[in-house]
Amino acid sequence: MSSDETIDGARRNLVLASAAVGGVATVATAVPFLASMAPSERAKAAGAPVEADISKLAPGEMMRVEWRGKPVWILRRTQEMLDTLKKADPLVADPDSKRPMQPDYIKGDARAIKPEYLVVVGICTHLGCSPSEKFAEGAASGISDDWLGGFLCPCHGSTFDFSGRVYKNKPAPDNLEVPPYYYLSDTRILIGEDQKA
Amino acid sequence: MAGGNYEKYRSDGSFAGNLLEWIDARFPVTANWKAHLSEYYAPKNFNFWYFFGSLALLVLVMQVATGIFLVMHYKPDASLNAAGVPVAFASVEYIMRDVPWGWLIRYMHSTGASAFFIVVYLHMFRAMLYGSYRKPRELLWIFGVLVYLLLMAEAFAGYLLPWGQMSFWGAQVILNLFSAIPFIGDDLALWIRGDYVIADATLNRMFAFHVIAIPLALIGLVAAHVLALHEVGSNNPDGIEIKAKKDARGIPLDGIPFHPYYTVKDIVGVIVFLMAFSLVVFFAPEMGGYFLEYNNFIPADPLQTPPHIAPVWYFTPFYSMLRANTVNFFWVDAKLWGVIFMGLGVMILFFLPWLDRSPAKSIRYRGPIYKGALTLFVVAFLVLGYLGMQAPTPAYTLISQICTVVYFLFFLLMPWYTRIDKCKPEPERLTK
Repeated sequence: MSSDETIDGARRNLVLASAAVGGVATVATAVPFLASMAPSERAKAAGAPVEADISKLAPGEMMRVEWRGKPVWILRRTQEMLDTLKKADPLVADPDSKRPMQPDYIKGDARAIKPEYLVVVGICTHLGCSPSEKFAEGAASGISDDWLGGFLCPCHGSTFDFSGRVYKNKPAPDNLEVPPYYYLSDTRILIGEDQKA
Repeated sequence: MAGGNYEKYRSDGSFAGNLLEWIDARFPVTANWKAHLSEYYAPKNFNFWYFFGSLALLVLVMQVATGIFLVMHYKPDASLNAAGVPVAFASVEYIMRDVPWGWLIRYMHSTGASAFFIVVYLHMFRAMLYGSYRKPRELLWIFGVLVYLLLMAEAFAGYLLPWGQMSFWGAQVILNLFSAIPFIGDDLALWIRGDYVIADATLNRMFAFHVIAIPLALIGLVAAHVLALHEVGSNNPDGIEIKAKKDARGIPLDGIPFHPYYTVKDIVGVIVFLMAFSLVVFFAPEMGGYFLEYNNFIPADPLQTPPHIAPVWYFTPFYSMLRANTVNFFWVDAKLWGVIFMGLGVMILFFLPWLDRSPAKSIRYRGPIYKGALTLFVVAFLVLGYLGMQAPTPAYTLISQICTVVYFLFFLLMPWYTRIDKCKPEPERLTK
């Protein structure tokens, strides 16, 4: 339209109004399509707590159970493993578990209800790989001569101590997550639920 | 598109001539043929670096063709079959073992993925050698970078489909990159995955992206890339504009018609390429674990990450940048810095046309500073690529940090060092 033509205000407003209505309709139509990609009702429903039997777990041994599609580790720590935690205190990023990666009842170096049994989600807080066991101390671990034992994430090299606390200056920002859990009995743990009061 | 400037085809009276006249009156056949082939004038001095554009097009066609036949047998299903193997994983084994010639079609497709990146990386490097991204080819370059981005998305989505250990854990890492974005990250990653973990929902949507959404966008962008190229004309190893010197008919003095000259020349490139391609397909389809990773012959196990995971080779330079960030600073987690550097590593390519202030386009007439900088850049990129395949150690992390810095300085200091560089005068006409 050249500049010397007079603008028909009514037509212009009608064009603007129809463009606006069309735009709103387009956005409204996009909503169901985008929403369809969110987790389905079935996916949301799956996530029930799981029970783990720890009666056959020997000291120094670790078992894995699947909870919400993720690996949960149960590590029966030996006294030597627990002794390394104090030494790791100055080396880890969040020694006192200040950041919210565990339920309120998980406190201290051991990050566990019973210090002997560590229960953590075995998923690195960096990008979600599952760290591998590097329980041997020192050079035998292949990590470093002063390695205290713990876990190494094979993807980006984050290291964790025997409580799942991340070492400083590693890609992972947080300690491994401790899921809500409680003891059903001395040998059975329910993972995925807090103990009801 | 070619407009109405061309005369419509007139039949010589033969049946074929009459048919062409009939079609040409209704569809611009001869106009497009001339505009894009027989009267598209390309510089006469193309060297072997100029094969890779047409080779990329060839690989694209090959990937689409082999892909169609793979979809006839593949099943995007993460549930376990009666034997306890994920259906998707089993259907890939079925293609390899039971479908007649299925192994060939799949190996062509998997080798084609790596071949695509090889030719595209060489194609991009050619542009950096001869300044092909410079004015007036900025938009052509941007379309090209977009094609590269889509190609990465396509390769990533395709890599999930066999549902092996590397598929699963690779996707776990890459999709978790989104969760590093502040505030919306976790919800965004959840939305992309469609479940709380990598699951059947993720596999199915990646299948949809891989076979229809991304290829459609890719073909559209490739068309835009070629149209933009034919609008501005090809650059050449001398980096001067052949359109500056034209004969009386308006044809560039140093230009030759793309068809038949370069169509025939490109066939030579195609033959050499197909020889190398066939050698890989028939004798080394896994390429020692670089094209098909051994861990991916194990079905996906959500409880156990393989002891060593690395992305396929074409992602490793950027993967190294991700891993190189191990320090929290400015109150931002190292995790987010890693993602930022990885993203910027690709995004910075978009700005290349405006970062380069050199008076000369081609490496032939540039000074020693740019030659040194480009060499350092290539070395850093290759080292990052190598380190991305290795398990992280403190020494490797340090080297990848240095190389990441070199990579970014190449771009960030470019406005400065290209201006002070001592360039040689560009020639008036093409040299050789």
